[in-house]
Amino acid sequence: MPEIRISEPQLPQNPASSEGQQPAGGNTAQVSEVRRFLLSRSNSAVVDGGFHWLMVLCALSIFGIVALIAWRLVVSSHLAWSKFGFGFFYKTFTDPDTHQSIFWDPVNARFSAVPFIFGTLVSSFLALLMAVPLAVGLAIFLTEMCPRALRGPLAFLTELLAAIPSVIYGLWAVFVLVPLMRGHVNPLLVKSLGWTGLFSDENPTGLGFLTAGVILAIMILPIISSLTREVMTAVPQSQREAVLALGATRWEMIRMGVLRNARIGIVGGIMLGLGRALGETMAVTMVIGNTPEVHRSLLSNGSSMAAVIANEFTEAVDDAHLSALIEIALALFVVTIIVNALARLLVWAVTRGAPSQAR
Amino acid sequence: MSVETFKFRSRLRALTDGAVTALAILATVLVVAPLVAIFGYLVFKGTNSLSMAFFTHVPKPPGEVGGGMANAILGSGILLAVASAIGVPIGIGGGIYLAEFGRGTKLANAVRFTADVLNGVPSIVMGLAIYSLIVVPQKHFSALSGGVALGIMMIPTVCRTSEEMLLMVPHAVREAALGLGVPNWRSVLSITVKTASPGIITGCMLAFARVAGETAPLIFTALGNQFWSSSLNQPIAALPLQIYVYAISPYDDWHRLAWAGALVLIVLIVLAVSLVRFVTSRGVLKGAS
Repeated sequence: MPEIRISEPQLPQNPASSEGQQPAGGNTAQVSEVRRFLLSRSNSAVVDGGFHWLMVLCALSIFGIVALIAWRLVVSSHLAWSKFGFGFFYKTFTDPDTHQSIFWDPVNARFSAVPFIFGTLVSSFLALLMAVPLAVGLAIFLTEMCPRALRGPLAFLTELLAAIPSVIYGLWAVFVLVPLMRGHVNPLLVKSLGWTGLFSDENPTGLGFLTAGVILAIMILPIISSLTREVMTAVPQSQREAVLALGATRWEMIRMGVLRNARIGIVGGIMLGLGRALGETMAVTMVIGNTPEVHRSLLSNGSSMAAVIANEFTEAVDDAHLSALIEIALALFVVTIIVNALARLLVWAVTRGAPSQAR
Repeated sequence: MSVETFKFRSRLRALTDGAVTALAILATVLVVAPLVAIFGYLVFKGTNSLSMAFFTHVPKPPGEVGGGMANAILGSGILLAVASAIGVPIGIGGGIYLAEFGRGTKLANAVRFTADVLNGVPSIVMGLAIYSLIVVPQKHFSALSGGVALGIMMIPTVCRTSEEMLLMVPHAVREAALGLGVPNWRSVLSITVKTASPGIITGCMLAFARVAGETAPLIFTALGNQFWSSSLNQPIAALPLQIYVYAISPYDDWHRLAWAGALVLIVLIVLAVSLVRFVTSRGVLKGAS
């Protein structure tokens, strides 16, 4: 127990003893003691109030940070806004001589975010395509099927997956995943699915959208699966028992009793994963190839919104270039805020009121 | 329904059940496989390239063999100290507000929601905002701006975990303190926060581990540095930043150093996360809840 100072322990007798029986000198001493007590009380009220407001200030600083980020991004991207307007996000330029479309031309200060939006969407979508079934499968296994002894270690392992910094994912991707894609996966895809036009062998490097999608999928798996687990544990046990009592098999119980009740929360978890994938920078920068182009083939080099910022920002000298990059960051900020807010609302809608155990 | 169809249906249902179980197990294996692959490869490459020089030397010029990342380790330490000095007090303060003063109020809900959303904002966007807020007026890259960027990223995590831990402290403890005539601020700091302190510390460790590996916001705030630097006003090296630069460089020896750096970083982070796991699962807070 820490030391606790209790002010003036002999106080209760004071008012009674100061009723005119004491000489004047003693009386003033008593009064001053009472006053000191009262002062210390009011002091603690002042300190209490101050403490309260200090804590409120800390809490409000979170709003402050969001506002500050938005304000700085809007101010710094002003140049690009005034020059390109909304067309920045959908218009492209055409070269007068060759009649080819130009997306990103720092030399002549012609900028369009189209290839980066395309790259971000494609890589994130690929990541979700791979990660969602695995994450939901893992969550089902952990909550409904797993022996109790395995549950803790497996949950810890996936938690660990979430704690690895993205630069280490990138490092691993550059030295292990990229050679793997180059040597084995990509040729196989070209041979078997080349006719769809989505996989062409123009790019022999092993970098590209698909590689970025794979590493993103590995990175967003833990967050989707841990949130799915959370909402699945929030489904009341009686739901499961009711479905089982009707003679359902385990899968039927999971499908009707658990997934149906948890679906909104699972969608929330997926959106949270999407938010993470959209903003992921380092790993994507290291494997996507960093060429501002739009291709039909998933095996070709590209770039993403976060990757172009990381890649070009320190090299950009021109004000228009800088401000175009900041405008991309602003767009990324707005999109991730919306996606995350929606995701949180969905997750809250399911877990509210239920005791959260899985985390 | 004839008996035949019933039997057929039952068998089909049992088969589906088995198939789904197999798929779930397969999914689990597929999730665990990359983790094992990453860790195994990292430990294998990292231990092979780790040496004493890594901890004591500064990087050699491009192409030369040898050197280490001593300056990056120091730089990461400085950046994280600045970040913690900003993120931990403000984060805990926000957590105290959410748990002690604002329970159930609209403001608290809004703060909680915004903190969660802020947690999902890409780190590179944070870095860019700090760039335009600190680096542009200062006209040069600095360790200070990097630390501020990391510190801001710590706030939401610290805030939310502190809140969760403070909520676990039973009301009776607070009431006992207040009943003894202790002023509220004193009761919060010396009783409630103290009771929840193991949990709050692990929350801070979690946030610390998360920002320790952040690279994106440092690219245009701390920038990186090939030499010793401990000044807050100068560009400074950082471990994740150095790993990134070395990984995309064409030199084999730099790749080796990148692996060693990654191993050091991951050991630090895994230690922090395991500690968090240990504390939250073994119930250091058991007496409190």
